Order: sequence, then structure tokens, then C-alpha cells
Amino acid sequence: MPKLTIDGTELEVPPGITVLQACELAGKEIPRFCYHERLSIAGNCRMCLVELEKAPKPIASCAYPVADGMVIRTDSPTVRAARRGVMEFLLINHPLDCPICDQGGECDLQDQAMAYGFDRSRYHENKRAVPDKDFGPLIKTVMTRCIHCTRCVRFLTEVAGVPELGATGRGEQMEITTYVERALTSELSGNIIDLCPVGALTSKPYAFIARPWELTKTDSIDVTDAVGSWIRIDSRGGQVLRILPRVNDEINEEWISDKARFSLDGLVRRRLDRPWLRKDGRLVPASWTEALETVAKRLRGAAPERIAALAGDQTDCETMAAAKDLFARLGSPNLDCRQDGARLDATRRDFYLFNSTIAGIERADAILLIGTNPRLEAAVLNARIRKRWLAGKVAIALIGEVHDLTYDYDHLGAGPAALRALLHGNHPFAQTFRSVERPMVVVGQGALARPDGAAVLAAAWTVARQANALRPDWHGFNVLHTAAGRVGGLDLGFLPGAGGRDLHGILDGARSGEIEVVFSLGADELDPADLGRAFLVHIGTHGGPMAARADVVLPGSAYTEKEATFVNTEGRVQTTERAVFAPGEAREDWKILRALSDALGHSLPYDTLEELRARLRREPRLSSSVGAGCTDPAGPSGDPDMMGEAPFVSPIRDYYRTDPIGRASPTMAACAALRAAPSAVAAE
Amino acid sequence: MSGPAHKPARWTPAHPFEGGPETFAFTPAYRTKAEAQIAKYPPGRQAAAVKALLDLAQRQMEEETGARWLPRAAMDHVADILGLPKIRVYEVASFYTMFKTRPVGRFHLQVCTTTPCWLRGSDGVLAACRRAAGNVPDGEVSPDGMFSVEEVECLGACVNAPILWVGDDFYEDLDGEATERILEALRRGERPAPGSVRRRQASAPEGWPEVEGATLVDIAKTD
Repeated sequence: MPKLTIDGTELEVPPGITVLQACELAGKEIPRFCYHERLSIAGNCRMCLVELEKAPKPIASCAYPVADGMVIRTDSPTVRAARRGVMEFLLINHPLDCPICDQGGECDLQDQAMAYGFDRSRYHENKRAVPDKDFGPLIKTVMTRCIHCTRCVRFLTEVAGVPELGATGRGEQMEITTYVERALTSELSGNIIDLCPVGALTSKPYAFIARPWELTKTDSIDVTDAVGSWIRIDSRGGQVLRILPRVNDEINEEWISDKARFSLDGLVRRRLDRPWLRKDGRLVPASWTEALETVAKRLRGAAPERIAALAGDQTDCETMAAAKDLFARLGSPNLDCRQDGARLDATRRDFYLFNSTIAGIERADAILLIGTNPRLEAAVLNARIRKRWLAGKVAIALIGEVHDLTYDYDHLGAGPAALRALLHGNHPFAQTFRSVERPMVVVGQGALARPDGAAVLAAAWTVARQANALRPDWHGFNVLHTAAGRVGGLDLGFLPGAGGRDLHGILDGARSGEIEVVFSLGADELDPADLGRAFLVHIGTHGGPMAARADVVLPGSAYTEKEATFVNTEGRVQTTERAVFAPGEAREDWKILRALSDALGHSLPYDTLEELRARLRREPRLSSSVGAGCTDPAGPSGDPDMMGEAPFVSPIRDYYRTDPIGRASPTMAACAALRAAPSAVAAE
Repeated sequence: MSGPAHKPARWTPAHPFEGGPETFAFTPAYRTKAEAQIAKYPPGRQAAAVKALLDLAQRQMEEETGARWLPRAAMDHVADILGLPKIRVYEVASFYTMFKTRPVGRFHLQVCTTTPCWLRGSDGVLAACRRAAGNVPDGEVSPDGMFSVEEVECLGACVNAPILWVGDDFYEDLDGEATERILEALRRGERPAPGSVRRRQASAPEGWPEVEGATLVDIAKTD
């Protein structure tokens, strides 16, 4: 442990860290632009200069390793002069356009110029001007503001694994560019907006919308995928204006996907803001009382086994608990939360969780991806796999669709045949997989949402068991979900009860007329054509095929408008916070069901969120720990021999539009159009 | 949604050149030379050959088109060979001034105008070059395709200033007239002898040694 003196205080620090990190441990603030703890060290901004005794000149602390006996001064006249000098250089070519810059108020350059800078410029020549670049519909560029810290270049190269940005030219002519003028193709590209210490890269949809000090900040959870990234919702005047990541090293580190960040303009478009009733074949506006009465009347006329409920991808635990309780009171066992028809086995919690945990990916030494494209299904989680791959000594293999996952992998095959070969040990990868200490199997929904899904699930479990991945100290079996609400539904047992119908049973029943009433709890991904002539009650947030087909539309709340519990793919129970109120007459979804229970005369026993939360707390699975080991290697019920031959296909075909919010978002539409036909849009 | 990016007012190497051949591939001969360069580096460090390969690509372009420059297709080809992201090759090619990422003339005239050359009359050399290139702006190709002119910083041959750099050769001890003679010869397809136009040996003091071809050893013997 090297011992060094920082500003007269002696302290011992871990070996191998940099002087800047040591200064932080000593509680000293070191200004910086290029240094970022999650990126490689560039050492090019020179703002972190400190004085090292016996060194001829100040040192760049971010790139200088600590050594025993160093004497560092972070606030000497030399250091202050050096910082002032560096700041003066940085500002030579930086425009004085803070009043019209979106970074104003949260700008590192602005703050540090105030704190460490010189109070005037001695530079009288013209500032350089740099042409702006086209980085696509998400990122606005004002390249004259760029100070060449290269954080964006390093992020895209290292973390996102999509090396498209670079610094071309040299000296005063250096520019940050894609060189070929095209949109960035990373699903994590929005993070370079946060990384940019100046206003060179800002959010295009958020341009000139608000100043940071006007915003109300609400800590919440993202629901656009099943990762459950920590986010901060910035709102003003009842509208969500932007979404930023919050740091959580267990889940998203400090990144979020572009879908999480930018689909928010879909929150104010195509919203269902009042109940609608189908009268004479047309949907007409109705009052809540009228709508609930209509539903109650229809339900009273239907036998319990002829009604059913399906939960959607973004349905929260409160809603599903209330719906489950209501259906229990009505006597109907027909519930399913597996909207995509995934053959998940919910008899044990670790059959459907990402048991190794997201942070645990970094400890795995072999990863087998089955029927999943994590880059599209969980972009932030994919960055964690890439991080593991960059650290070296890991074998990654994929069974499924070939796709650029941003890391190298062995493609073992497209479908179950490859999985079968692994099971029988016929593939060389099987030997690798069985010989490592912490192997990891990741099964995607593309492998489960198919007729032989249960068999694939069992086969994947068996592969994990054969590799000795199911141990109390390491659980190497993982299911990667794509829907934020899925694990919550499985935890709550929002599944067919005794003699009940599952998704396929319900849809078959609806087509044949045996199911008369279907409740859709935001089940927007269903095809309304599958519902036959059933009476459809749709509790949703956005207009769409399901709302258009519904007989009664009950407007619910989006995740930014309610306090709701979601369980991420790891089994982590997290809650969103309300940032704004739902539009018009829309209500929190569970309250709709509570009100309906009154109309039906089967009142649910909770009147407040607190009482409902108390009921949730009694659910044993919602209070189990995350990342528990495996104590029982007995597998799920499927039979591996029943696997078919069809290749695995990822459920996500259009990354940007996987939920009603994304489909209503013009920003996401622009991104999707660009991805579908990059050249056509570029030529516009 | 996204509007057209601003076009730069002035081209710099940081910007791509729009145009040039759609495709580029090393000829077998150049491919062999490229493989030899790549083989110099230890396994996993093949990317280090990027500058050598870019130079080879530029030379192949000179053989094929008469102009030693790097179209984007050539940079892409080098990136493919080395398994590098294309942007990494663009970065290298646009950083080094010896890689030309937009077309140059049959003879790209690089005139040193740093202080020693300037003191010894590089203005006259530059003026002669510009006249020969039809007075097109520096960096652009003359209408006949023969010349393009570029002012460069110190070429490290100050004792023989001023210097004109063409292809792989330095012409030294120039003045305006000597430059014009050289450019006329180039235009005629001749290849004037490189080095000092005053027939000075290497960078020895002018007019000495008296005996042409004498070496320092010879001189030491005569003393």
C-alpha cells in the first residue's frame, strides 16, 4: 500500500490507482474534463494538473500512477496558475455562447471556468469555427464548442463497442466526427450527451426546451426493457422533458439505452385520456361511472370460467395484484402475464430469473447465449457482457441469430440442433463450458416464446447443470426478459390457476367463443384479430390496435405517472416514482380495478397504495434476495428431447418501438426509419 | 428529422473528400508488400502496420492514376485487411500530412516555407510552383492535372534551403529560375536529378570540396 502526502495529510492508498484517484480519496476536488472513471485514461485536457514534489513541472494527475512517498499539492500557487493557464487555453476556441447553449447550468466547462479559471481572455484573434456533424435524430452537435476531451470517442469505442466516432485531422484542425456523416448506430449513443463536458453534444429532441434549474427531478426506474435501469425523470409543468441515468453499479452503471432516454415524447402523444365505450359499433367517449358500469354488467352476465385477463409488458405489480385478487373474487382462474406466450416455468423463482445478476456477468468466465440478442433486448446488459469480454479470458457462444453483439462469439448454430449437440457433449464448446469455474447460460425470450419453449428451457437448464453452474455460490442459469412487468407477474403468480387457461388457451377460447370477456392490462403487443368476438376491456395508456378493438377503454397511467413496483430480470424489486400526473381522466391502473371491484360488489380490501403495498409485501417472492445461489439442481418441467428444429428468432425486430410509448414517439420513429433504410433518410 | 450537416467553408484533412474511386484493392504485388509489412509486427499487433499499408495504397494509386493520394475506398481496404474499425484508419490517414486524403496532381509540389527556407528565398520557389500549377488555390490540382502546390513546415534539410519536395525526392538550393527549370522538365516527362541544383555535395560548404566525389577521408589525407 503506497503511502503519500496530499496537501500535508498523509494517507495510504491501494496500489495501482492514479494520483487523481488518490486525491479524491483524500477528499480533494480535482477539476477534469477528459478523465472519466468508466473510460480509459486519455490525459489530453490537462485540467487535472497537480504539483508533485521534486517533479520539474505540474503533472497530469489522471494519468500518473501513485508511488510510495509522493508529496502532492493540489492547491498551491503553481497548481492554481497551471489550472488558470489550461482553462485559458481551453477557452481560446470555445465560443462565448452560454446564453444559447443547452448545456448552460450543467456545464463542466462553465462551472470549472468559474471555479478555477482566469477572469478574462488575453486572446484577440479569431476563434476557430468547426462545421457541425450529423449524428442522427438523437444527438445535436455544435462542434465549435468541443474541447476534444474524446470522452464520446472512448465511450463508443470501449463501452458501446460501436467504433464510429473518431478525431480526424490534427492540431487546430482536429475534429470529432464520424468522417462519413452518418447517424451513430449504437443503442447507447445518448450517453455521450451526458459524457460531453461542454455543450458540443446535446439532446436533439430536448434542444432549447428547458434550463436545468427549472426542472423537477424525480428518481425512478426505466421500464422500456427488463433491465430496470435507474433513471431520473426531469419534468416541468406536468410534462416529462427528459430522462437521464442514475448511477447504480449493480444494474446500469451510469448508462441507459436510447429507448429509455428518448421515447419520452411518446408519453404525450396518442394518449388515452378518457374512458371510451363501444356503442353501435363505434367507440364513443364515456364517463368513468358509465364505463365501469358497462364492464360490471357484462361481467355479471358471464360465467367465471368464461372471463380472462392478460397482462402486458409494462404492467406493474400493483395492477397485477389487484387484478389477480379481483379475478379470485370472481372465481376465474384464467390469468396470464406471459403476453408473448413464453413457456416459462414459474414453479420456482430461479427458473425465470437472471440469477447470475447483471453485475455477476463480470465474474463469469464462459457465457452461452441461447435465442437472444442482448444488444437489442437489453442494451445496457449487453454493455456489461462487452465489459466482461474486454477484460479477457472469457468464452462467449451464441445459439440463435447472427448479429453484431459488439463482442466476438462462437456461433454454435441457429436453433435447437446446436443446443442438442451441447447437451450430448458433441460440440467442442461443451468441453470449454464444462471446464470453467463460472459458466453462464442466458436464455432469451426468442427461445422460449415458441411451442417447444418449455423443452428449450429445460435443455438450457440441463446444459447449466452439466457444466456445474448450479451451485450455492454461483447460479449460472439466466433468463433474459424483455418486458419490465414480466418477472413481477410471475412472482405474483399472475398465471393460470387450477384448471385455468394460459395465453394460448385464452386466445383459443376467445376465437371459439368459450371466453366471453377478456381484460387486457396494457397487453398492447397482442394481435386483436386473435381475440375473436370476445368483449375486450382494455386498460392502457396509448391508442393502438388493442384500444381500437376494445369494447371498453379504461385510460391508465404510464410509468412516469404512477408509483409502481416493477421487478427486473434479476428479480430486483424496484419502484417508480410519480413525476407528473396522468393526462385527463386517466387513473392509476390499480385504482381502476379497485373501482371496478366496487361496481361488481366484490370490493378489494385496499383503499390506498400503502395498503396495496402491504399486500405486496406479503408475497414471499417479492421479498426474496437477488442473486441467490442454486440449492436445488432439479430442473424445470420441460423435456429437452421435445425440442423442435426451428431456428431461434429474437422477439425484437424494431428496437426503438417495442412498447406503446415508443410507438407513439416521433423520435423513436425517426430512429427506426433511419435504421430500416439508412441511405434513404440520409439522402433527404 | 436530422438536417444536412454544414459543409465546411474550407476543406481540411479532418473532412472526407467526396469522390474518388468507388473501390480499391491491392494488386497482388502490393498485397505481397503489405503482407511483408504486417509480418513485422507480433501477433495481435497487426494494426501497427496501418501507416505502412496506407503508404503502399498511396503508391499503388500513383501507379494506377498518376496521383499519389488516398481515396476513402483505399482507407476502407486497409481497415478491412487489418480488421480495424474504419474510423481508426481515417484518424491515422487524416492526422499524418504525408497521407493525402484528397486528389493531388501528377506532381504534388511541397514547398518548405519555414524560416530558414524563407530567408533563403522560398517565396520565389513557391511563386514558381504556383505559376506552374496555373495559380489554382493551394491544395487544388492544376487544370492539366500536372501539379498541385502545398506549403509545408520544416523538411529538415535547412542547410540546403530552400527545399522543394516532389514525390520521394528533395530538390535543394533552389531559386525561382531553378524551380521553373525543374518543373518544366517534370512537365516534359523527364526526371531531373534530385539534390542540390548547384551540384553541392550533400550539405558540404558550397564550392568545396573542389574535387568532385572526394570524401571526407580523401580530404583528411590531402591535409
